[in-house]
Amino acid sequence: MLINCPYCGPRDVIEFTYQGDGNRKRPQPASQDLDAWNAYVYDRLNPAGDHNEIWQHSGGCRAHLRVVRNTVTHEILSTAFARGGHKSAGHKAGGNQ
Amino acid sequence: MVERQLPERQLPERLSPLEPVYHPGSHGNFEHGVDVILSETRPGSILQLAAWPGEEKRLMSGIYKVTGLALPDAAGGGVVNGAKAAFGFAPGKFTVVDEAEGLASAFTGVITPAIGTITDLSHGRTAIRIAGPKAEWVMAKFFAVDFALPAFPLGAGRSTNHHDVFAQIQRTGGDQFDIYVFRSFARSFWKALCHASEEVGYEVH
Repeated sequence: MLINCPYCGPRDVIEFTYQGDGNRKRPQPASQDLDAWNAYVYDRLNPAGDHNEIWQHSGGCRAHLRVVRNTVTHEILSTAFARGGHKSAGHKAGGNQ
Repeated sequence: MVERQLPERQLPERLSPLEPVYHPGSHGNFEHGVDVILSETRPGSILQLAAWPGEEKRLMSGIYKVTGLALPDAAGGGVVNGAKAAFGFAPGKFTVVDEAEGLASAFTGVITPAIGTITDLSHGRTAIRIAGPKAEWVMAKFFAVDFALPAFPLGAGRSTNHHDVFAQIQRTGGDQFDIYVFRSFARSFWKALCHASEEVGYEVH
């Protein structure tokens, strides 16, 4: 399985760490809405198909990524930086030629 | 914000972690020619510069101001110029290397706390150079990265790892790569690199 890191380009899945479901909405830390916390901790869509996920390129540039992966075929449909601020433009080879 | 000045101090003599296993000469299957040359480059300064989000351009112009190295604005872009080298290894983060010591103090006042951070890794990383016609071949045995020149052009940098040994790689020549590994893993990595080079015949300089 290859994941196309927006910074490093296509890399083997062995360089990445799964950071969990990308659909979770974390309640405000002061929130006492137990249903919201319960949903955050336990509720998962568990789809057989496209799934929003957070991955970290822990064995490379260490950026956190937003990945859409098909849970049936393992096809990676899209990747982007989880955080804004850095350009998520496609990988360029880069060099002084 | 008060700017922190790095103190000027006399640095102790640096000992190579490779010293007990560093054996200059020809090794392995060299009867038919030496196809890779391994060496430790021992740069005086290895720095990691990181920009706060949105400050990348100012950090890059700071690198240009201090080192004269104009970084290309591309992921993993880098440049080599004689004694100095720089490359991007992560979004907004750069490794800058100089043969001379004291590069960190040259950056203080240029890379201000508002732009980003300077981390002096001169004693924390070991720089290993692999050069020769089979350098790409040997590197490809370690890292799942495309080492062909069009995919990995001169000056460009890559972050990857080999069995949990994190490595930053810069192409510093057509058939030459500089690998920066943690000092504590350097001896193990060096021995693995020597074993991997045996089949092509290698020389340690």
